[in-house]
Amino acid sequence: MEIKPELYKDMTEAVSPKSKSYVNIPMAFLIGGAICLLGECLLNLFEYMGLPKDEAGSWTSITLVFLSALLTGLGWYERIAKHAGAGTLVPITGFANGVSAPAIEAKTEGWILGVGAKIFTIAGPVILYGTAASVVYGICLVVVKFFTE
Amino acid sequence: MLEYIWAFIIGGAICAVGQVLIDYTKLTPARILTGFVVAGVLLSALGIYQPLIDVAGGGATVPLTGFGHLLAEGIRKDVEEKGLLGIFSGGLTSSAAGITAAMLFGLAAAAIFKPKDK
Amino acid sequence: MAKALGRGVVYFDTPVFIASSAAVAGKKEGAGPMGQCFDRVEQYSRFGQKTWEQAESRMQQETIWLALDKAGLTADSADLILAGDLINQCTSSTYSIRPFGIPFLGLFGACSTMAESLIIGSLFLSAGGGERAVCATSSHFSTAERQFRYPLSYGGQRPPTAQWTCTASGAAVLDTVTASSPKIEGACIGRVTDLGITDANNMGAAMAPAAADTLTRWFHATGTSPDNYDLIVTGDLGLYGGELFTQLMMKQGFDIKPCYRDCGVMMFDGETQDTHAGGSGCGCGGSLLCGHFLPLIRQQRIKRMLFMATGALMSPMLVQQGESIPGVAHIVEIASGEENYHA
Repeated sequence: MEIKPELYKDMTEAVSPKSKSYVNIPMAFLIGGAICLLGECLLNLFEYMGLPKDEAGSWTSITLVFLSALLTGLGWYERIAKHAGAGTLVPITGFANGVSAPAIEAKTEGWILGVGAKIFTIAGPVILYGTAASVVYGICLVVVKFFTE
Repeated sequence: MLEYIWAFIIGGAICAVGQVLIDYTKLTPARILTGFVVAGVLLSALGIYQPLIDVAGGGATVPLTGFGHLLAEGIRKDVEEKGLLGIFSGGLTSSAAGITAAMLFGLAAAAIFKPKDK
Repeated sequence: MAKALGRGVVYFDTPVFIASSAAVAGKKEGAGPMGQCFDRVEQYSRFGQKTWEQAESRMQQETIWLALDKAGLTADSADLILAGDLINQCTSSTYSIRPFGIPFLGLFGACSTMAESLIIGSLFLSAGGGERAVCATSSHFSTAERQFRYPLSYGGQRPPTAQWTCTASGAAVLDTVTASSPKIEGACIGRVTDLGITDANNMGAAMAPAAADTLTRWFHATGTSPDNYDLIVTGDLGLYGGELFTQLMMKQGFDIKPCYRDCGVMMFDGETQDTHAGGSGCGCGGSLLCGHFLPLIRQQRIKRMLFMATGALMSPMLVQQGESIPGVAHIVEIASGEENYHA
């Protein structure tokens, strides 16, 4: 008997288990929340040290990115991420992990075409489309400005 | 004290949305991250994100939606000051610290660490 | 010579024997339920090399050495070597074989390579092409992750259907002269089969239709049934691919459950080793065939088995282009005993 792709799709769906969302979502919430809480603590610490709000924000990002790169290098970020899922993916630490991991990995292919070329394989789209979206917003602002002035 | 609780809850909730996308859609992590940044730009443009930051602080700035907000914020400021040129200069100016830190520490990590097996 | 029973289905009239076999594996595989069957378990998965790619080559090379050594042979006595792996341009094999000076055919069949090499080796020997052929394959977790997925230290979550690429290698020396068991008696060359699976995290489901197609063709061409075999072993269908495979075979009228095993399921303890649907990779089926099943046949504890290595012919580029993932599976019939069953 011949098995049609439609039938096989149903068979596959029946057999393949779904991700355990009842574990994954709370874990993502807890670990993601904890990273954000750390960010809030750092933010207040830098403000307490006398930095203006936007500078404190920048230093918070820099500190979190540093910690993420360090944990990535030590191989710990991946171990936390296995349980945290989006909890370690969505915060800026996930972005830093997405930069550090390919950089470390590509070292065997050299500094230019290895590290240099591969460093943005994961984070590149984030920067590109984030910037592109902000440019679209900027165009809207300019147009609005043009008609309101 | 309350601001820390809000930072935890809002930050955690934004991450939980990401987990729902991972578990219930076939979206890859790179797509989800890109989506979050673009969503951040959009929410900021609609004026929704700043109030969220006022409540949650790090809970809204640390997730990548906050990165999108930063891009939009920079554009807003530069367009105000420089007009058309602001479209080109605003986004990356405001987010420069985070991006440069990621590149720099990524490069340093590559220099120091060896890839580890699992 | 070989006798064709159907398209791609052959029996070997000239007996082809497996003179020796060897298997080498990494630490995680060594710590699994099959850990005892490997000739060597390397605790450092770099195998003393600078890069992961070199490590995989080194592992395969050591396995080939071990297999030759067990048969009391040197590289000079092999007429042909057939090897393949998962890495682009089959570099793990080409660099592994570079120092041997044995005439070489590089193979790509994704994880079906072990069966592919045994089939071509048997055809070559039974056609009188030479006296001895070496068949080898390998896979390495780190090279496969790098090429097919994400950097090793990138934080990602695996869904339950994902499989763990084994760091393992298997090698076997075939000849026509030792006249001892195990013996390769027949083979079935698989067709590229695709039932539209696009999820790169569900390779078992992508391969199961190919396995069912090949096994059904084999049963029809040879007139045999699951009762004729002590074991029917697949390479790396994993938990869910294996389940789909038995269901597909049931729909074709064959109940294979009592004699069915999958190397991917056997390789790890899914509960404690966090390997989700099981092991995968060329080295998964290759190392368990060479390290576990062939010795059991040699000891007459298995009389007759079908080894079917299953390959998901997955290219990240084509998946990105929206293509589904085709599979292929090849059967090798291996038996103990001197008399020719089919003669």
